[in-house]
Amino acid sequence: MSEPDAPALDVSGVSFAYPRRPVLDDISFQVPAGVFCVLLGVNGAGKTTLFSLITRLFLCRAGCIRILGQDLARDGHRALADLGVVFQQLTLDLDLSLRQNLLYHCALHGLDPGTMGPRIREALAGAGLAERAGDKVRQLSGGQRRRLELARALLHGPRLLLADEPTVGLDVRSRQAIIEQVRETCRLQGVGVLWATHLVDEVRPEDSVLLLHRGRLLYRGTARGMLEAAGAENVREAFARLTGEREAA
Amino acid sequence: MSARAYLRCLLGILVREALRFLHQRERFFGALVRPLVWLFIFAAGFRSILGVSIIPPYETYILYEEYIVPGLVAMILLFSGMQSSLSMVYDREMGSMRLLMISPFPRWYLLFCKLIAGALVAILQVYLFLAIAWFWEVRPPPIGYLLALPALLLASLMLGALGLFLSSVIRQLENFAGIMNFVIFPMFFASSALYPLWRIRDSSLLLYEICRFNPFTWAVELIRFALYARVDWLSLAGVALALAVFLGAALLGYDPGRGMLKRRPGG
Repeated sequence: MSEPDAPALDVSGVSFAYPRRPVLDDISFQVPAGVFCVLLGVNGAGKTTLFSLITRLFLCRAGCIRILGQDLARDGHRALADLGVVFQQLTLDLDLSLRQNLLYHCALHGLDPGTMGPRIREALAGAGLAERAGDKVRQLSGGQRRRLELARALLHGPRLLLADEPTVGLDVRSRQAIIEQVRETCRLQGVGVLWATHLVDEVRPEDSVLLLHRGRLLYRGTARGMLEAAGAENVREAFARLTGEREAA
Repeated sequence: MSARAYLRCLLGILVREALRFLHQRERFFGALVRPLVWLFIFAAGFRSILGVSIIPPYETYILYEEYIVPGLVAMILLFSGMQSSLSMVYDREMGSMRLLMISPFPRWYLLFCKLIAGALVAILQVYLFLAIAWFWEVRPPPIGYLLALPALLLASLMLGALGLFLSSVIRQLENFAGIMNFVIFPMFFASSALYPLWRIRDSSLLLYEICRFNPFTWAVELIRFALYARVDWLSLAGVALALAVFLGAALLGYDPGRGMLKRRPGG
């Protein structure tokens, strides 16, 4: 059983290396329930590897990951039931309809498709895609596909949402719509969110921020605190000062 | 997770594979062309050259067409197994495999559901082929069609598990074509699918031994005997053993601590 008072995500002392290439070095942080936490880092910082460890695609050999208090290494299946994920790469089946994609997701979580009907309709309506339920995903635009992925990730009522650069490649309007939708879910439903991005303009002063650079966590705290720590006026400047790089967009 | 939840998961994966199959009808019928060409053309051409003596399970002299039908049935299962593993490599490259892997069900169960789904599509192809062969005067006893079902399921799972294992060790789609050539053709030709093994023994004792221990030979013989309402216990044991080995290797390949670690690093 998940622990009600445990943080949505607890990463403790996690290190990881590909053969002859260390990627993550002693990473520790928490994402409490109802908190929008931005994992900020340039490409290659180790964000996707960290996500692969949290989703159990890779095995965490050094350190410990807990989702709502459940140890991923010991009780991985239960821990994954509380997790919703939007991967960097699109994971929808393009030849199936929107509704069929959502039903497939329900099946993968052991949910009864008969009773999930209203929830699926609600999720599609929330994503502004109610009219497209029977269309093939192939017919959707990039932004619509991302909204559908988000709706799918939240369909089984997870208490932790991982989003790995879900706005990459989208226009500004679509990006804003998606990030607002996630912030609202976080606020209203108390879902803990770990939002990986390299786009500094997606960070708000009140957000919790994790600054990951070359596999090391350089900063952990609020965005406002990061500005103070770096003596910077905005996130872009703080990022540049703390990492010594100017790659963040 | 309750038993009902496990069942829902299995049904969900079966429905998804069925829907994909409906979207790829060309692939379904395309897979039938290959064995039909062998039956209609190859068998007709070689009928007089490759005579078959009376060997179990046959009780009389048979035409060459009748001899190769079980081999062609196994060929359908082999290609189908490889095709579904190809789609898993594709799914992995396209990302949709991740969705399956992060499901809260045990990984072995998810992979087994995929195997079952692939096997059912393959068996559908087999029965369509057997129906066409019936019109070509290849007519096993009617009960054989029913008794062959468990043999087909077991053989299909075994060949699907082999494909699953291969898909776990292949990094990219481009590499898959090469592996197919190194696996499918040697497996098919070094077996009893096209010629009885005693004919091979006459030519080469070494090749005969290779054919005898080829899991595909076991699958062919299991299906051949089942179609004629008999059980070849040795082949049954061989197929069951091969299924266990291939499935174990596939599960190891998809284990996050082993095979999955070898994936390309991300951002």
